This record gives sequence, C-alpha cells and structure tokens, in this order.
Amino acid sequence: MDNSQEDQEAQKTGTTRRQFLGQVGLASAGLQLVPLLSKAGSMLPDNEAAPAEPVTVSLMVNGSRKTLTLDTRVTLLDALREKLQMTGSKKGCDHGQCGACTVLADGRRINSCLHLAVMCEGTEVTTIEGLAKGEELHPMQAAFLKHDGFQCGYCTPGQICSAVGLVREGHAHTDEEIREQMSGNICRCGAYNNILDAIKEVQTA
Amino acid sequence: MQPFKYIKVPDTPAAIRAAGINQAKFIAGGTNVLDLMKLDIEKPRQLVDINQLSLYKIEELQNGGIRVGALVKNSDLAYNPAIKKNYPLLSEAILSGASPQLRNMATTGGNLMQRTRCPYFYSTDFACNKRVPGSGCAAISGYNRMNAVLGTSDHCIATHPSDMCVAMAALGAVIHVQGAKGTRAIPFADFHLLPGQTPHLEHNLKADELITHVELPPLAYAARSHYLKVRDRASYEFALTSAAVALDIQNGIIKAARVALGGVGTKPWRSIAAEQVLTGLPPNTASYQKAADTAMLDAKPNKDNAYKIELAKRTLVRALTTTGEIS
Repeated sequence: MDNSQEDQEAQKTGTTRRQFLGQVGLASAGLQLVPLLSKAGSMLPDNEAAPAEPVTVSLMVNGSRKTLTLDTRVTLLDALREKLQMTGSKKGCDHGQCGACTVLADGRRINSCLHLAVMCEGTEVTTIEGLAKGEELHPMQAAFLKHDGFQCGYCTPGQICSAVGLVREGHAHTDEEIREQMSGNICRCGAYNNILDAIKEVQTA
Repeated sequence: MQPFKYIKVPDTPAAIRAAGINQAKFIAGGTNVLDLMKLDIEKPRQLVDINQLSLYKIEELQNGGIRVGALVKNSDLAYNPAIKKNYPLLSEAILSGASPQLRNMATTGGNLMQRTRCPYFYSTDFACNKRVPGSGCAAISGYNRMNAVLGTSDHCIATHPSDMCVAMAALGAVIHVQGAKGTRAIPFADFHLLPGQTPHLEHNLKADELITHVELPPLAYAARSHYLKVRDRASYEFALTSAAVALDIQNGIIKAARVALGGVGTKPWRSIAAEQVLTGLPPNTASYQKAADTAMLDAKPNKDNAYKIELAKRTLVRALTTTGEIS
C-alpha cells in the first residue's frame, strides 16, 4: 500500500496511526495471552472483548456545556486535553499517584486521570483554565506567582487546583496539616516550601 | 484498556440485573478498578456505574451503631462528626490512606473491594495466581519486602492494602449486600478470604451481589481507640505495618480490647487471641508486649519481610500505649 492509499484508508476508517498501533499492540498481546488463559480455564478468551461503542456525553466544564462523542474508555483528563484542547491539566503518571491531573468536580478535588469522562454527566468540572475571572487571577494563582510556588511548572495546575480544594475543605490549619493535605501532589522540582507559603497566604487572606 | 460497554443504572435492582452478565464490574469511585483496567489486569466487558444509587447516607442507629452507605466517600466518612467521636480509629485509618483527591473519589464499598498492590500482581510480566490462576507466585521467590507474613499460603503472599478495612475488622463491622436472591449480612471476618489454593477468590460476594451498606456495631469503648500506620514515607504510602486498637479500661484493668493489624496479613487481620490476652491485665507495656507476641505467633516470614514481625509487634505496642493514655 503506497502513501496515498494509506491516507485514503485512514480517512475511510477514521483511525489515526497512533490508534492503529495501539490496536495492533492490544491484538498481539491478546494472541499471546490466549493459550495461557485457556490453560487456566477460568476466563474467556481476550479476543471477545465488547466492541467499543462511542457514547455521547454532555460535560459542564468551567461553566460552559460541551457535548462530546467518546469511546467509553476516555478519561476525564484525556477528554479535557485531547477533545476540548484544555491542556492545562497535565498527564503525569496517569494512575492517580502524582496529582498533576487534579481538577475540581462539584468543588472537590479529584484525579481526572482516574475518572471516566462518561461518568461526568451532571458534574460541574473546574480546571485550571476556569479559575481566573477574565484577566484577574484566582487568589491561589496570584499567591503561587508571588511566592514562586513552582520551578518547571508541570505540576502547577494540579497543585493550584488541589490547593483551592484544600482551602475549601477546611481541614488543614497547621504547616504539618497543609503538607499532609497536599501529599497527593508531587513536585519534582521541590517547590514545596513556597507552595506552603502560597497556601497559607490565601488561607489567611 | 479493553473496550467495554458502559451502563448507568438508576437503582439497586437495576444494578443487580446488570451485574450478572458480560463479566460486568461495578464502578463507583473508580480509583482502583480503572487503574487496573488501564494495566489490563481487570478486563470487564461491561462497566456498571452505580453512582446514581441512593447509598450516600451515614445514619446513627438507635442501638448506638452507625450505618454507612456503600457510596459514602472515604473523605466524608473520615470527617463525619459521629465517626470521629464514636470510632476515632476508623477516621484515623481512612485519613492515613491514599491522598485527599483519592479519598474524595473512593467509596466505602470500593475500599472493601480494593485489590492487593503486590508488585507481581500489578506487573503482567510476572506469574501471579491472583491474576492468572495456576500461573504461580513470583513474589514468594522474588522481592517480597512489602508482602504478608500472616494468612499466607504456598500460592500467594500478597498483602491486603486497605487501612479502612483494618479498623472495620477491629470493630467487627457487618457488610450488607443485595443480590438477585435477596439480602445478606456478612460478618467482617467472613468477607475477605484467605488465599489458600485459590488466591484469585478474594471475597465472599456472588457475581450479582452489590454491597449496599456497612453497619458499625455499637461499641462504647471504641471512643478510646487509635490507628497507627508505619510506612516508608511520611504520607501517601501503603502500610509496612499498622494497628487498629480499642481499649475498655475500668479501675486500672483492661475489661475488653479490640486488635487488628494491617500491612502484615493477606486479609485485614483481627487478632482475637491478642484481645483475649489483654483482657483482665493492667494497661501497661508488659501486657501490650504479651498481646503483640500473641498476635504475631503464627507469622511466617519470607526472604525480605522478616522485619515485619518485629515491626508489627512494636507498632501494636505503641498503638496500645497511645490508646491506654487517652483520657
């Protein structure tokens, strides 16, 4: 198949090169596993997976309604980044361990990488893009700037959303409690002291 | 992740109907099942979203106990005033686990169902009898510093990861479930299964059964209770060892005690033997040490985790000491 044929094929099936490679990977993994699983005898073969039926979901993100047609496997994080081009929320570990993907769902901080987009119907999602009012920064954003609460900035959107959630929850009062309550957000640059100062400033404001 | 069909159900009967087919899994908070699906360890064909079910209440019962809906978030349970007052060990246990974000997502029922973090279970490159029954246990001959020393078998030494469950084991909570054939109440000790020859069978739930709520029985002296967790980091890490204890001290004598251990067992590990040892003794270090020795009597170490036996004893002694000093 030459290049033009390949392009036509992609247009026809709507499959990108990246998705195609992913599918091939899954398929060959499935082939290798089947004999093992059959021997174990307690599971059905992997190649009978349910077909991926796209679903339509209506999300409320930063106050505006977005209707998307998605594969059921798409996480809230991937819907935000890949479908809505809101790339503020970051993908760090993609397993709920680093906190870079933290957003607010109905005002509470969650890991958007461990939440399916289809489950968000009826949830008010606030991302880092939704915190400022026009040109006016959210107090937590301003405090992070003032106290230099970051170095490379990759964890910062998650840190800020998490910090906003922390202040709302109202369970952290001492330095130790704030550190404990921010433990779900990892900063490889080690800006923790400055993040602590930023949060304390907002809390006392 | 394998493709799956997603359905949202409005009530418990609909959830139960949807559960029996297509290797369905329930999803509530999703913090564990979705993580495992991303790694192709869990491969449901159908995901049943139960978040619309009315199982969000924390109710104080007339008998002094508390009934907790299966969908109550871990953070809501931990910060509930009645839980903090009547069962501080449960509040402390929950707050010692995971991160604030995860606790805002994870539910009571989901926490009961969470699966081991044994690295060999998580890595599909290795043999694991939990993941692929009959394939072997790579942990027994592998790096097993985090693995269990109590309740193990020749087929599995995976640790039960939950903190919440350790406190619930100590309290003797009762798990209420509903299935196609009606409702059942399962005593906590019978809910999780020992690995034995079938490590892939982890709990006492049938495929069509849904946890609806957990009942915490009245236990007045649980107001004097504590959860202590020892781990490699100061926060956001699974237990090396932990202890959930409650003491009923009257006139300088322990009238009754509750003792459960985490990080050391293949299931949340209540030690009734240790409770019996404590009963009738004065609340002092010698008594606590005796209880700790009893609790770990049957411990069986592997290459890298013998330290857990001594660490668990010290954890228990310290938890009992702290609890004994609560006025």
